[in-house]
Formats: sequence, structure tokens, C-alpha cells
Amino acid sequence: MTISDSSSGAGTEAQDSAPQNAAPDGASTGDSTPANTGSRGTRRLGVAALLATAALLLFGLVLSPPEASQAEAVRLFYLHLPSVAVAYLGFFITMVASIIYLRKGSLFWDLVAGSAAEIGVVFSAFMLISGSLWGRPTWGVYWVWDPRLTSTTVMVVMYIGYLAVRRLELPPEVRSRRAAVLGIVSFLNVIVVRYSVKWWRGVHQGETVGLDTQMDGLQLFSFFVGLVAFMLIFAWMLIHRFRISWLRHEIDEQALAQALAERRAETNATGLLGRKN
Amino acid sequence: MHWEYVIAGYSIVGVGLAVYAVSLIRTGRALARQVPPKRRRFLD
Repeated sequence: MTISDSSSGAGTEAQDSAPQNAAPDGASTGDSTPANTGSRGTRRLGVAALLATAALLLFGLVLSPPEASQAEAVRLFYLHLPSVAVAYLGFFITMVASIIYLRKGSLFWDLVAGSAAEIGVVFSAFMLISGSLWGRPTWGVYWVWDPRLTSTTVMVVMYIGYLAVRRLELPPEVRSRRAAVLGIVSFLNVIVVRYSVKWWRGVHQGETVGLDTQMDGLQLFSFFVGLVAFMLIFAWMLIHRFRISWLRHEIDEQALAQALAERRAETNATGLLGRKN
Repeated sequence: MHWEYVIAGYSIVGVGLAVYAVSLIRTGRALARQVPPKRRRFLD
């Protein structure tokens, strides 16, 4: 079995190639297995995520009160901190899955690691955008090379590098092993990001939500609503992204088997012709 | 006060999430059509 997330081909490229087992409009193929990455579980998860997102909009934008010093800008907090938490979670899953992959050599964990890292990068982008927009009214600037922001940027670049390694034209096992090592090493930077506000002095605030949190009850509740919403969205995305990786792997396996069969047929035909001559 | 930053933040993140989610669904649908049903492990 090829142990790799063969993600070199984009979805659109895959769509362009001749679908030999095509089912009309992506619906069921008569078999119970659907011709898409959705399932009853993901649909329930999706509905829960949508409801939680609606609750986040209600609490984050309407019901929660403005803060004394930050006024309405505090509402960005309900978006920013859940993005941070989900990005960290994605990178943590990448690290754990990479360790398991290196121990067991299991394709499943390799694909989980790659899927979680991609979603982690997506949420990191949201973290940086919402953080910049929050920084403008509170610090007076969108961006400053503060230790937290700088280490976060390095972290995002490292994980983009991790995703790039997964697309290298290398033997699948070699590529997966290198990606796994990078997935583990990159997490060290997540720890640096987490503690950067304690280790170095900067403009970024320290721990926002902890045991001694001095927040209004509704503000804290709005944050937890945002956290639940983003966790549900993360879970939904992770399942879909994993299934996409799995399908790409299957398509690559099919293509390889087909190429080998054609080569074998070609060799047999040439052999027969040679014997006739 | 500062509503413009709040609206911009929620809009960008909302649109970003929606675009990524739709791209996942569409890519999954396109790829699933190319894999025989018996080999679609993990899809249900």
C-alpha cells in the first residue's frame, strides 16, 4: 500500500480526468456508499455547527455588552480566540498523528496529520486577520512585530512549508516520513507562540481566559459559544478533508494499477510479436 | 464605536469559512465519482 497523501492533483484536475466509475450528479451510485464526502454523521455535525454559528452571531454581535475600554471592538475577541484555539488543536492533532505515523507507518494517520495541518493553517489565517482588525482600534496599528505576532507568523510559515513538503515529487513513503518529522518539529513553535507573551515583553496581552478571568458573564459566555461553534466547524472540516485525501489516494492507486496493467499487456504483445518473427 | 472593524472581521472570517467549506464539498464530490463504491472506505 502506498503510504502517502498524494495531494499533488487539485480537485479540479481530478475532475477533468476521465471518471470511469462516474455516477450522475454526485448522488448515490445505487450502492449504499455516497458519491461525496458527506454522511449522516457529518450532516448532523454540519447542522450543529450552523446552529452554533448562529448563536455566536447572536451573542457576539447583539447580546453581549461592549467593553469599557475597547467598546465594540471586544466582539472580535469571540472570533479571534476560538480561531487561535482551533488552529492550535489542528497543529496538535498533526503532531500526534505524525508520531503515530512514524511508529506504525499507517496511511490513516498520515492523512489525518495532513488534513489537520491544512485546517490549522486556514484558522491561523483567520486568527491573524481578526487579530489585526482587533489591533487597529486597541493598539492603533494593524500590525506590529511583537514577539507573539512574529512567532505566530513563523508558525504559519512553517505549517505552509509542511503542506508544501506533502506535495513534493518524492516516493510516497519518503515524503510522508519527512512531512511527519516536520509536523512534529513545527509543533515546538506552537509552544513558543503560546508562551511568547510570558517569555518576552510585547504589546500583545497575556492570558485572556484563565482561572482569574475578570470578564463580564455574558462576554465569557459569548466566547464559549464561539469556541463551541469553531470546534464543531473544525470537526466537520477535518472529516471532509480526510475523506478527500483518502479518495485522492484511492485514485492514485487505481491509476498506478491501470498503468501497470497496460505496461504488462504491452510487454506481452511485444513478446508474442517477437516470437512470431 | 469600532463597528467597522467588527463587521469586517466577522465578514472576512464568515466568507473564508464558507468558501473553504464549499471547496471541500465540491472537491469531495468530484473525487468520489472517480472511485468505485466498494473502494470508498471512510465515506459512511
